[in-house]
Amino acid sequence: MNALYDLLFIAFPYVAAVVFVLAGLARWRTVGYTVSSMSSQFLESDRLHPASLLFHWSLLALFLGHAFAFGFPDAVLALNSQPVRLIVHEVVGFSFGLGALLGLAGLLLRRASDPRLRAVTTPMDLVVELLLLVQIALGCWIALGYRWGSSWFAADLSPYLWSLLSGEPRIEAVKELPLVIQLHILGAFVLLALVPFSRLIHAFVPPLHYLARPYQLVLWSRASGSPAATPQAAKARNGLRRLQSAKKV
Amino acid sequence: MDVRAQVSMVFHLDKCIGCHTCSIACKNIWTDRKGAEYMWWNNVETKPGTGFPRRWEDQAIYRGGWEKDGDTIVLKGAGKAKGLLNLFHNPALPVLDDYYEPYTYQYLNLIEAPAGEDQPTARPVSLITGRPMDIKMGPNWDDDLSGTPDYARQDPNLADLSLSEREALFTIERLAFFYLPRICNHCLNPACVASCPSGALYKRGEDGIVLINQDVCRAWRMCVTACPYKKTYFNWSTGKSEKCILCYPRLEAGLAPACMHSCVGRIRYLGVLLYDAEQLHAAASAPEAELVARQLDLILDPDDPAVAAAARASGVPESTLEAARRSPVYAFVKRFGLALPLHAEFRTLPMLFYVPPLSPVMASLRAGDGEDRPRHAVAKRWDEAGLYDTRMEELFADGACSRLSLRYLARLFAVGDEAAVAMRLRRLLAVRLYRRQQTVGDLDAARLSAALDAAGYTAETAEAVYRLTALAKFDERFVVPPAHRETAIEALEATDERKGAAGFGFNRAPRRP
Repeated sequence: MNALYDLLFIAFPYVAAVVFVLAGLARWRTVGYTVSSMSSQFLESDRLHPASLLFHWSLLALFLGHAFAFGFPDAVLALNSQPVRLIVHEVVGFSFGLGALLGLAGLLLRRASDPRLRAVTTPMDLVVELLLLVQIALGCWIALGYRWGSSWFAADLSPYLWSLLSGEPRIEAVKELPLVIQLHILGAFVLLALVPFSRLIHAFVPPLHYLARPYQLVLWSRASGSPAATPQAAKARNGLRRLQSAKKV
Repeated sequence: MDVRAQVSMVFHLDKCIGCHTCSIACKNIWTDRKGAEYMWWNNVETKPGTGFPRRWEDQAIYRGGWEKDGDTIVLKGAGKAKGLLNLFHNPALPVLDDYYEPYTYQYLNLIEAPAGEDQPTARPVSLITGRPMDIKMGPNWDDDLSGTPDYARQDPNLADLSLSEREALFTIERLAFFYLPRICNHCLNPACVASCPSGALYKRGEDGIVLINQDVCRAWRMCVTACPYKKTYFNWSTGKSEKCILCYPRLEAGLAPACMHSCVGRIRYLGVLLYDAEQLHAAASAPEAELVARQLDLILDPDDPAVAAAARASGVPESTLEAARRSPVYAFVKRFGLALPLHAEFRTLPMLFYVPPLSPVMASLRAGDGEDRPRHAVAKRWDEAGLYDTRMEELFADGACSRLSLRYLARLFAVGDEAAVAMRLRRLLAVRLYRRQQTVGDLDAARLSAALDAAGYTAETAEAVYRLTALAKFDERFVVPPAHRETAIEALEATDERKGAAGFGFNRAPRRP
């Protein structure tokens, strides 16, 4: 039994992380062409609207919540030290969980009921969608059935994840957890390992660099670019507000 | 001065016969693929009409282009804040049904159907689902259907026209329409480039062609919204956006783009324009009434020694300068003052210019009344029963007496400035009169010189316009600047390593992962 726990909660997370990093980088570098959000809005927009917004924003909130509890467990415990704050925290978290669940269910129904969408659905799309559905459902179940998860996550799971990260895994706490929670943990690593092989990869290429970039991109094939487009010249002219500032290849 | 070169186009609408050969040439080369069937990087619309996709000009729906915001301009439907917040659902994205569902026919059924009572039929099937479908829309179903309620009456450009003016356009006896071929405008201030969160779209520095890096595109779909001309298309199969590439592999080999090469009416011209990149922002954010003039002012005279010196200082190769001097686009846009940009009010500074169509002959056919009363010289008897009556002094209508409303043309080509369009039509008319005098010689000399004066033309200019319009050979219509691949990055790489690995296409099939 111990061997099984070691395999599932020590070996598997490392394998998943290595696969995620290496296979993800390999796909991004060699077949960047396949790295896409694979949006299906062009084929069906109306029903995508509520489901996609609900799902994506909820999932983003949940991801950030988990990441925060992982990164700053003490802050979370301090936040939860007052019952009112704890309850608000739990209610907010559960609401996002429910939102993600409803959103994903809506997305799945939409995908299943529209022949155009079925035409662009790959088996892997279904695998990750169903896995995500199970994962989110487990999360909601945990939130309901095993109260104050925001606190025990910070107290028990955050140290476990940190121990994985530091290379000295300690799984005593995980062993004692109910099966539902163990499955939720495993599900997370399964999804992580599937990122390089599915559309989930789009979550890891958020276009945040857009915020820092000038609006227009001009690429020169000449190694020197346009002599008049040096940063100094760009500063001196009232050109299209960095609009045509050269980005050299 | 930051002088840059832009490969630009002129489409001479007076010569377009609406044959769609350009569209087919483009389709056969570039978009005959899964996911791209519905794309028409080149399409031809009947105007007045709704176009492709339906009502693309209506930015209240599609939120494309830029809008003025104080002294500067902002993207109307995309941009950093709006774009990122709308990643999960882009509210202004056109959907497939705004274009049409691509289809084919079950031709095999014609051969393989078992013997039966009825003739076998080739049922239409969707190219997306593979299911039988009822075809509701095609890429050019508005063709020649101006005047019908579904198309012409839905044209967004008619908003300025009074009800009676509109009805006059649609009355079947007086129906007038023209064709509007469209490709990507390869704008100087491209909204698609600015809207791409991934930075997949870019403008090439050397020739100004706007491209999408397929490896970087992540299907955030903002370019489809941002392009006010709806010339970026979303490939529903590969999950990537695509657009007209101005046949850059052909251009780099010194060939004209396929749509232009194949143009039956020879309406298309391609050449280099030099422009001052420092003035872009000011031109794009000018008050609406000045937009066209400011855009035309951006274009520099390649024969001006000062411009040439500045161009050299900016790194424009001598061969590009030479191409700019021979550019037919410069001739039509600046030297002849004939061509105008389409919908400059979108503020993208489009680099595809149109010579507006001279109005159809103001004539009607009516029953002969049997009388032999004197008629004006150009009114002709058609046959015994009908009279071909031009109903005016001149054979060709001038702008003031136009079947195609001047206001309508101005809405398309001059941000509503009727005088600008009238001037172009006056020039076209002057050239026609000049040629009539040359070939028929029945015109009053004073009448001709008055027409030339009104156009601001000398006889030499009129002759030059005529030659470039009607006689120009391939090399005059398409002055492709050398691509100077020897200075390009590729030349610096070890080419032998690329041998057998370079060329068109993908080294991996463009399939969904």
